[in-house]
Amino acid sequence: MAPILKLIAQRVALGLLLLFMVSVLIFIGTLILPGDVAQSILGQSATPEALANLRRDLGLNDPPVQRYFAWLGGVLQGDLGTALTSGQDIASVMWARLGNTLFLAFWAAAISVPLAIFLGLLAVRYRDRWPDKLISGVTLASISVPEFLIAYVLMFFIGVKLRWLNPTAIGFRPDADVFTKLEAIALPVAVLTLVVLAHMMRMTRAAILNVMQSAYIETAELKGLTLFSVIWRHAFPNSIAPVVNVVMLNLAYLVVGVVVIEVVFVYPGMGQYLVDHVSKRDVPVVQACGLVFAAVYIGLNLIADIVSIVSNPRLRHPK
Amino acid sequence: MIRNIPLAAMVGLMFTGLYFAMAILAPWIAPYGMAEIVGDVWEPSSPEHLLGTDNIGRDLLTRMIYGGRTTIFIATVATLISFCTGSILGFWAAVAGGWVDQLLSRFVDLVMSIPSLILALVILSVMPVTVPVLVVVMGFLDSTRVFRLSRAVAVDITVMDYVEAAKLRGEGYRWVIFREILPNALSPLVAEMGLRFIFMVLFISTLSFLGLGIQPPEADWGGIVKENADGINYGIGAALYPAVAIATLAISVNLVADWVLNRTTSLKGGR
Repeated sequence: MAPILKLIAQRVALGLLLLFMVSVLIFIGTLILPGDVAQSILGQSATPEALANLRRDLGLNDPPVQRYFAWLGGVLQGDLGTALTSGQDIASVMWARLGNTLFLAFWAAAISVPLAIFLGLLAVRYRDRWPDKLISGVTLASISVPEFLIAYVLMFFIGVKLRWLNPTAIGFRPDADVFTKLEAIALPVAVLTLVVLAHMMRMTRAAILNVMQSAYIETAELKGLTLFSVIWRHAFPNSIAPVVNVVMLNLAYLVVGVVVIEVVFVYPGMGQYLVDHVSKRDVPVVQACGLVFAAVYIGLNLIADIVSIVSNPRLRHPK
Repeated sequence: MIRNIPLAAMVGLMFTGLYFAMAILAPWIAPYGMAEIVGDVWEPSSPEHLLGTDNIGRDLLTRMIYGGRTTIFIATVATLISFCTGSILGFWAAVAGGWVDQLLSRFVDLVMSIPSLILALVILSVMPVTVPVLVVVMGFLDSTRVFRLSRAVAVDITVMDYVEAAKLRGEGYRWVIFREILPNALSPLVAEMGLRFIFMVLFISTLSFLGLGIQPPEADWGGIVKENADGINYGIGAALYPAVAIATLAISVNLVADWVLNRTTSLKGGR
């Protein structure tokens, strides 16, 4: 058991190192770019006094390394700073919004993951016949359209023309009960499901096909096992790693899709918070959101990595 | 040559050509001026305005044509930037090896560990949102993917005898990269180019939709969606036309890229 723990600890340490480097990159990306940050926040018509004030508030007069460590120290203690535009504490606003975003992402994942795996299996079962071709065609189409357009198409037909569901997520309030909340997010969840379904299904199909074509599956078939036990005893354990990998990669993709979808449906989550403050040029908020999104993304990739190590004996006991 | 093109690729080529022609000839095709207000708000389609009018009464067909021009132009330039930097650095990393390779590869890993939309938003929060800035930011963020592909392809080629021969002959990096590796790595790169181009179209549309891309009154497909999004709630579908345009462009480029990839892999045995 010990070598596994060591491998996992190594991966986690690597992930933390990566996260640290990402924080450096995000910091450099916002503060040391060509041009003056204060100037670009206030615009060309800013008075020299206002510029000087803002520079002082942002700490732009200190050397960048010192500023970075001050920022990082704050982040590690859960202090993400205050928003320039509203003066609110970023951490407290963001926690509530992060909860909302995770609520949305959770339901999207809960629906899309089983559906994608089921459809992927179906495509493998009926390979090169019409169900497979239909599924491939639909996925090609949905990959070719940006998320926000899928969102508007659904909003237009289901929300406005047919009036089945609320076209926006306005009904989503913190004090609403769970059913109201679920009704409010039904359309966004449907869109997110469509967006990740395509990728996830194609990759699941490829992963399972890969396993089904290996020699040991043929052996199992030849020795007279039923199709069910071939799949259950031989194909399934070997496809856990690739399928979990696929799922995690797509959940990571979901995190990004959420940004745009929240803007479309006016949903009070992290994505909308980020986009709002990018256009207001509120740098501390953007840095904080960027870091959180990156952390979630890296975390999911890390889980995918660990699962594929744990489920694969060849990786578990490296030579 | 033309007879060997399968039907799907033919259709793809035709539509891709059509869109590019429309982009180039926009001022001659468009029935009205780009920012000219010619009618009422959200008029339905009529013989004068084939797609109707937009949220402030501009002709929507005209906006779509000019919008396609902007979108395609930006996506093309960004793809070129992404390919030039990505492939040259990728080849260089493969040929030079050692610490150059390590440095570049680990940096690319780092950039790719953040979703590109998030990183783009972070960078655009402090940069002025102008066309050159957008193109450069998009191009560099995307060049990480091209870097990975071209490095992977080039690593296999650098161990070939003819590269060895060129190196022994005393040729420098530039000769090895452009005369030995590039011609042999071209076909997978060309197929990848199609996919990157579509990704760029989606990327710029998303940025514009979020209000961080092309600024009004300039038109682009993402921006048209943003401008007309309010109409959706009144049952006006003006915001959906860009969906059709983007989807057809993306699918047709995809079909062409598929064909290029199939043709090159099947004829030359892998590469």
